[in-house]
Amino acid sequence: MLVATAIAIVRMQRLFAIAMLSGVFSLLSALLFVVLDAVDVAFTEAAVGAGISTVLVLGTLALTSRVAKHSTHSPAIPLLVVLVTGATLMYGTLDMPNFGSPDAPAQTHVSPDYLERSPHEIGVPNVVTAILASYRGYDTLGETAVVFTAGIGVLLLISGLHRRREDEDEEEESGES
Amino acid sequence: MNGEFTWDFIVGHMNYWLFIVLMMTGLYIVVAKGNLVKKIVGLNIFQTSVFMLYISMGKVTGGTAPIFPADMIIDPDVVYSNPLPHVLILTAIVVGIATTSLGLALIVRIREEFGTIEEHEILEIEKAIAAAENKLHGEAMGGRA
Amino acid sequence: MRHHLILRVVTKLLVGTIILFAFYVQFHGDFSPGGGFQAGVIMAVAFILYGVVFSLRKAQKVFPPWLVHKLVALGVLIYAGTGIVSLFLGYEYLDYGAFSPHHPEHGQHYGILIVELGVGITVTGVMVAVYYAFAARPPRISDEEW
Repeated sequence: MLVATAIAIVRMQRLFAIAMLSGVFSLLSALLFVVLDAVDVAFTEAAVGAGISTVLVLGTLALTSRVAKHSTHSPAIPLLVVLVTGATLMYGTLDMPNFGSPDAPAQTHVSPDYLERSPHEIGVPNVVTAILASYRGYDTLGETAVVFTAGIGVLLLISGLHRRREDEDEEEESGES
Repeated sequence: MNGEFTWDFIVGHMNYWLFIVLMMTGLYIVVAKGNLVKKIVGLNIFQTSVFMLYISMGKVTGGTAPIFPADMIIDPDVVYSNPLPHVLILTAIVVGIATTSLGLALIVRIREEFGTIEEHEILEIEKAIAAAENKLHGEAMGGRA
Repeated sequence: MRHHLILRVVTKLLVGTIILFAFYVQFHGDFSPGGGFQAGVIMAVAFILYGVVFSLRKAQKVFPPWLVHKLVALGVLIYAGTGIVSLFLGYEYLDYGAFSPHHPEHGQHYGILIVELGVGITVTGVMVAVYYAFAARPPRISDEEW
């Protein structure tokens, strides 16, 4: 289903439908995350993907245009690039452990340690929260800073702030001339 | 790698392959489509499939979500899925939407400057501007020399 | 959206519930799925919904832009400040044991709550600020054209 939605997005020309389909895509992936035991992640994905990102894409559409034009290039070269990359990645997965295997490398190093220590060191039932805020507090601080920076970037780019500077520039130019 | 393609192997790796197909769909949109909004949606698909790859690595068969009972009496027989990828992806999603909004803001600005959000049209306008500037520059230099 | 009566009534009912749910997710995040990131996003959704269905002007009256911009910075400050407080209490940066030296577990609890609050505030602020920034521009496509 996810693949079908993604392919529909490739074929679509109307950007409004694309925005809606990407919301559907997010919801479906949130379902998948629930199946894979990642309830926290599913929660975030549902709120972010189906809620905010759809609104933002629609907002952009309202500010730009509604229909995508046909690409003039032939799709052969991108298709080749994609196929080669995909084949390489597939070759890379051949060494990966089986899905859900309990003795995969990802399962055997740090994580059991977190699971074992967090009950008596942190005392918080939700291990995800414990790791997020305590063991990996630096990471989360950095990520909050990234969100902060991105927000400031958006404000600088498209809120009223830039207009003032343009006005100043014009004043300077008129002063010089 | 000969003789390793048993049924078990194929089923165990099917998830990775599906995510790679999704990832490549996203990449195809980014590379082949000229519309900038569409490119951003493609990037989002790519991103989500990477998230799925990570989360599926953290899954343990028979495991449950990594949340202990509220009374903190932990049954040692219960298997919990790996919480570490969850943490990484959780923050990555929110950072992803923040960067996506930055990209969309850039698109809005591009539309204001160029009047279009199609890649090839922007390139043509850029070329025209560059040519005009070169000409102007050349004349100025020529005049001085 | 002045003419959509059903949408407006349902929105009025929903916004309060969404905000309540956001607080639940925020402060109950160490017992059930949830935390600062999710709560921030959900909180922002409440304001965005209000802004979409009513008008941007009304939403900005409830949650003025200058306040949003302050909140964006405040969240990061709370997070980093927590680290600095634990530094002054003689512990390592972001070591929440500092807040309750005899019961490190309780200290961890408080620390996680405060830090998650910082995260939630920043995420709410950024999302709402981004929405305001997009919605405040004059649209190129009128409502009928959709």
